[in-house]
Amino acid sequence: MPILEVKNIETVYYDRLYVLKGVSLEINQGEIRVVLGPNGAGKTTLAKSISGLIKDQPRKGDIIFEGRSIARKEAEKISSMGLVLVPEDRGVFPELTVEENLKLSGWTKKDTWVFDLFPNLYQKLQEISNHLSGGEQQMLAIARAIIKKPKLLILDEPSLGLSPKLTNELFKTLKRLNEELKTTMLIVEQNARVSVEICHYGYVMENGKMVFEGKADDLKDNELIKELYLGGSVKKTEKGWKLYKTRRRW
Amino acid sequence: MIKKTVRMKTDYLDDYRLIADLPALVFFALVTVVFISIPFLFSELWLSVITHIALYSIAVLGQNLLIGYTGLISFGQAGFLAIGAYTFAHSVHILGFIPSIFISGLIASVFGVIVGFPSLRLKGPYLAIATLGFSVVVFQVLQNTPAISGGRMGLSVPSFGSKAEIFYLVLAFCYLFYIAGYKIVKSSIGKSFSAIRDSEVAAETLGINIVKMKLLSFAISSFYTGVAGALYAIYMKYLEPNMFFITESILMFSAIVIGGIGSVLGSILGSIFVIAVPQFFVGMKELVPIIFGIVIVLVVMFEPLGLYGRWIKIKLYFMNLPFR
Repeated sequence: MPILEVKNIETVYYDRLYVLKGVSLEINQGEIRVVLGPNGAGKTTLAKSISGLIKDQPRKGDIIFEGRSIARKEAEKISSMGLVLVPEDRGVFPELTVEENLKLSGWTKKDTWVFDLFPNLYQKLQEISNHLSGGEQQMLAIARAIIKKPKLLILDEPSLGLSPKLTNELFKTLKRLNEELKTTMLIVEQNARVSVEICHYGYVMENGKMVFEGKADDLKDNELIKELYLGGSVKKTEKGWKLYKTRRRW
Repeated sequence: MIKKTVRMKTDYLDDYRLIADLPALVFFALVTVVFISIPFLFSELWLSVITHIALYSIAVLGQNLLIGYTGLISFGQAGFLAIGAYTFAHSVHILGFIPSIFISGLIASVFGVIVGFPSLRLKGPYLAIATLGFSVVVFQVLQNTPAISGGRMGLSVPSFGSKAEIFYLVLAFCYLFYIAGYKIVKSSIGKSFSAIRDSEVAAETLGINIVKMKLLSFAISSFYTGVAGALYAIYMKYLEPNMFFITESILMFSAIVIGGIGSVLGSILGSIFVIAVPQFFVGMKELVPIIFGIVIVLVVMFEPLGLYGRWIKIKLYFMNLPFR
C-alpha cells in the first residue's frame, strides 16, 4: 500500500487561477520519487498542497497519507503526522544559530547521527544561520527536517541556487539518507540530470497536469525528456523546434 | 597550545541561565546595588524620570516581544496601556495594589488576544493599521464614557507611598518582567516567535502552531503593557484619556527602533532615550519635539541596529583588544 496517494487534486488561486488540474501520484515506502517540470508547471503548488500550506486547498480530490485523508488539514498537523516539507527557499531562520534551528524541530545533543550525514553543520553549531553558505543552509534545512525521522520528506527544489558540485554532493547525501535511514522522499525539481540519477520513479508535470510518468530508466530513455530536461540536442526538424518552443509540449 | 577563548555551552540549561559565570554575577550584583541606591543619589526630579523610564521599559519590552521577536507590527499599545491603567484605578480599591497590578495585566492580555485575531490574516502595514484602530477605539471610549474615565475631572489613583517607594515597586516589577522576558526569548516559545517572524511557511512545516503562537505573543505583549499601565497609574496618581493618545504607541515603537528591534537590552536603552533625552532639552520648551525628532533621525541614520547595536560594537571592540 502506498504511503502517500494524491488523487486527482485541483488547486485554485483567487478562485480563478487553476494551477493544479487533476494531479495524481503515489509513493511507496522507502522510495525516492521525483516530479520534474519547467517553471510555472505547478510543482511547488503541488508540494504545498500536499503539506497543507495553501489554506482550503486542494479544492477537489483527496490526499491520503498512511491511509488517512490529509487534504485541507493544517500544516502543523500534517507535519506532526510525519510528512515534512523542506520549502523552496529553504526556510532557514536566519537570525537563529544552527543549533537553535535544529532545536526547533526537537533536536537534542544525543542526536549526533545527523552530523554523520552533514558533518559541516557540527563545526558551525553556534554560528548564525545567515552566515552559512547556500549549500550549508540547504543542508541545515534538510537536517532540521529529518531530525523527527519523518515518514515522508518532500523537498522543493533542493538544488536551487547551488553550484553543480554542491548539487551533486547534496543528492549523494539524499541517496544515503534514503539507503541508511530508509527515508521516503518526494523531490520536486527542475534539475532532471541529478534527480533522475537517484530516483526510483519520476513524473513530469506541465501546465498543472502530469504528462508523463515512469521508472527512472524510462525517464532516462525517453527522447523528449532527454531533449527537454537532460540537455540532449533538440531535433533539428520543424516538429522538434515547435515542440521545444511551445509551452504545451506533451 | 590552543587557548580556550570562548566558553562552550555544554548544557541546555546554559541557554536559560541569566547569570552564566562569576564576572556576570558580580556585574549583576553591582547593577542591583546601583539601582537600589538611586533614591539616595538623585534629586526628586531625576528619581521621577528614572521611575518613568523603568515602567516605560516594561511596556517597550512587551511591544518588542511582539514586533521584534514575532514580527507582528502593532500600534495598539496605547490602548493596552490605557486598559491596564484604568483597570488598576478601578480595581485597586477592592483588590489592593499588587493583585490589581496583575489583574490589569490579565485584562489587557484578554484584549490582546482579541486584537491578535486579525494578525492571523493580516501582516505588516495592514496589521499596524488594524491595531492602530484599536488604540483609537479605546481612546474614544474613554473620552466618551465618564463612568470609566472620570469625566472632565479625570480619575484619581490612591497614593502608593513616597517617590522612593514607588521607584522600588517599579524596580521590582522591572526586574521580574525583564528576567521573565529574557527567559521567554531563550525558551522554545521565544524561538518559535522568531521562527514565525523569519518564515511562517518553514515554521508551519516544523509543526509550530502559528495561530497559538501569534495569539500567545499578543497575550504576553499586552500583559506586559497592561502591567506597565497599572504602574503608570501609580506613578501619575491621576488618569485622563489624553495620556493614552495614539502618539504613545508611536513613541513606544520609536523606543524599540532606537533601542534595537528584537533585543531585551535594547528595550531599556530605547526607553532611556525616549524619556530622558527630552529632559535634557527641557529648557528649550517648544523646540523639544523638533530637537527630539532630529536626534531620532540621526540615531536611525547612523546606527540602524539601534543603541543595542552600538553596545555590541563597543563590547566587541574591548573583547578583541589588543588585536585592533
